[in-house]
Amino acid sequence: MHEWALAESILVAAVEAAEKEKLKTIIEIKISIGELQQIEQDIFEFALGEIIKSQGGKLKNVKTIIETEKSTLKCKNCEHTWDFSDMKKKLNEDESEAIHFIPEVAFVHTRCPKCGSPDFEIMSGRGVSIISIRGER
Amino acid sequence: MEARVSVIEKRLKNIKRIISVASGKGGVGKSLVASSLALNLANKGYNVGLFDLDLYGPSSHVILGVKGQGFPEEEKGIIPPKVHGIGFMSVVYFTEDKPSPFRGIDVSNIIIELLAITQWGSLDYLVIDMPPGIGDETLDVIRLIKKSEFLVVSTPSKVALAAVSKLLKLLKELKIPIIGVLENMAMTKSSFIQNEVGKLGLPYLGSISFDKNLEESIGKPDRLLDADFMKDLDKILEGINL
Repeated sequence: MHEWALAESILVAAVEAAEKEKLKTIIEIKISIGELQQIEQDIFEFALGEIIKSQGGKLKNVKTIIETEKSTLKCKNCEHTWDFSDMKKKLNEDESEAIHFIPEVAFVHTRCPKCGSPDFEIMSGRGVSIISIRGER
Repeated sequence: MEARVSVIEKRLKNIKRIISVASGKGGVGKSLVASSLALNLANKGYNVGLFDLDLYGPSSHVILGVKGQGFPEEEKGIIPPKVHGIGFMSVVYFTEDKPSPFRGIDVSNIIIELLAITQWGSLDYLVIDMPPGIGDETLDVIRLIKKSEFLVVSTPSKVALAAVSKLLKLLKELKIPIIGVLENMAMTKSSFIQNEVGKLGLPYLGSISFDKNLEESIGKPDRLLDADFMKDLDKILEGINL
């Protein structure tokens, strides 16, 4: 349940940004989660709800919107592109779980499906970020 | 806007001191010093964590004899498994010790993810085993772990010192706290490193003699605690109140 830690990071970052912008309350946070993180959305939403409830303050009436950023991987060697669903076919359960914890271990457990190179790039689909925050001054 | 960075300070809030064991040069014994420092402090009754940040060539798990541990337990994040009384976190839990060909941006993302999701709890000391050089990991520790102090390791070699002094100059320029320089693998009496460190205006902490039997203690923390290497390290730690 490291979803909790990531949910908490979103809310800490949002409050920090709201303080910088002198917002009294935060109305809405739009969140982007990379597909490679393989976040369990119900756990993530539960964690957001629990932390919001316990923290209150600027977050008291906040609405959260979660978007998943699709993954694109591109080989630096042959320029082939693919996504996580292609990658997942060749992963065993432990490898997939490891990528769930740390998306970058994709470089350890997978290769370019076309040329076999480990030298590829995660163009999109990793990390946890805030797309936008709406609030009132 | 990257969200994970904001929570890092909170994750490290209940750690009294963070000591990054670093060197500009590879092969000087950073991991041995870091693992031994963690073992030494834990043996003295302190609450200690060890974080292996050498993502390409992690070796603290080899020194501590960690094998086939599986994934760390999850509780509002991940809990560093206890190894010989030390909370130990390493990328090896997720790589199965396979080759790890990461580029710089990936290294930074791994460090951010691990710092954001690892629940260290309350610690007296967190020891960080740094990779060699002044690349991404060093810059990320400086950027993300504001309260880190550096313990720098060199060997008696002029070759090692050439790279080590670059790290020292960078840390000085950035006003990062430097505990001092520890000389490892000393084979003869020489004041070369001590003099050079003195010229930089930094503390020279002492030397650890080359321990020809040390290899037999690798993977066996109980034996490492009794090794000549540890006895020399202990004297140095005494001198700096650790």
